[in-house]
Amino acid sequence: MVRIFSLVLLLLALPALAVIETYEFSDSALEKRYRALSEELRCPKCQNQNIADSNAPISQDLRRLLYEQLEQGASDDEIRQYMVYRYGEFVRYRPSFSGVTIFLWMAPMLLLAAGVAIAVMTLLGRKQATDTTEALSEEEQLKLKAILGKAESNP
Amino acid sequence: MPARLKLFMPLILFIILAVFLVRGLSLDPKELPSALIDKPFPEFSLSALGSSEILDKAAVSGEVALFNVWATWCISCRAEHPYLTELAKRGVAIYGINYKDEDAAALAWLDELGDPYLASIADHDGTLGLDLGVYGAPETYLVDANGLVRYRHVGVVNERVWSNVLQPIYEQLKNGKTN
Repeated sequence: MVRIFSLVLLLLALPALAVIETYEFSDSALEKRYRALSEELRCPKCQNQNIADSNAPISQDLRRLLYEQLEQGASDDEIRQYMVYRYGEFVRYRPSFSGVTIFLWMAPMLLLAAGVAIAVMTLLGRKQATDTTEALSEEEQLKLKAILGKAESNP
Repeated sequence: MPARLKLFMPLILFIILAVFLVRGLSLDPKELPSALIDKPFPEFSLSALGSSEILDKAAVSGEVALFNVWATWCISCRAEHPYLTELAKRGVAIYGINYKDEDAAALAWLDELGDPYLASIADHDGTLGLDLGVYGAPETYLVDANGLVRYRHVGVVNERVWSNVLQPIYEQLKNGKTN
């Protein structure tokens, strides 16, 4: 049991080996920002990884650069701008809010609104449909009986 | 009528989706436009390959030129090299940026395969590469006479790339200068 448990623990620790180099930060707040930024910046070479997860040489360079800039006291926005100036908007997994990306940012809300609208309309429609199937009035009942009676008397 | 229109909804959705997917097939996600297009080539001050001479932006600008980012560890660069040599023979100005490489290995390479470069910038730490937005060698930048980056090609420059992509821009920039 203990063996299995330690094996599980070992396997859980594997992701810790994924990033090779570690940096000593002068301040733990910097380290937090380093983590956040390296997860937000996209590796230009590998397309679908952030620079924190990627071991491509370019990601190593960018991580080192990120570390240096943080230690030099650059703000998050300055660092993002620096990266975007060189690698384009592509490097940001969280693109800036601008004319080009407005649809990207609004799409989830628009789709949600559309979904809610469709749901509401469907439900209202269904309610109306059930409302129309009222019971027959007394007059109609008599009429119906008369018709049925006629049908039975002459087959 | 609206009920009938509803029947067509899946078809309409499919067509919209198909248009996007077909478009996606013809896109190359690896083809990133350079962020530096129409912006000045970055300033730098780096030693020339195998010498103590310092090269800077002024030393390599003034005419329409290609800046080829290469390294001895880059296999595609070896495939690209003969064609660059041929272009240089045809009179195309090419500068080399030896990216994150060792001088000795790079010099041996140029000795063995020929040197198509007007000058070779030794970018040991990749600092110029970083400013250029290089993410993998080989990359080739087309820079105009005013020192503005006009085009970036990622990957091997060969006959097809040159005549289809680079040459038209190159000729245009050249002619623009003489007018």
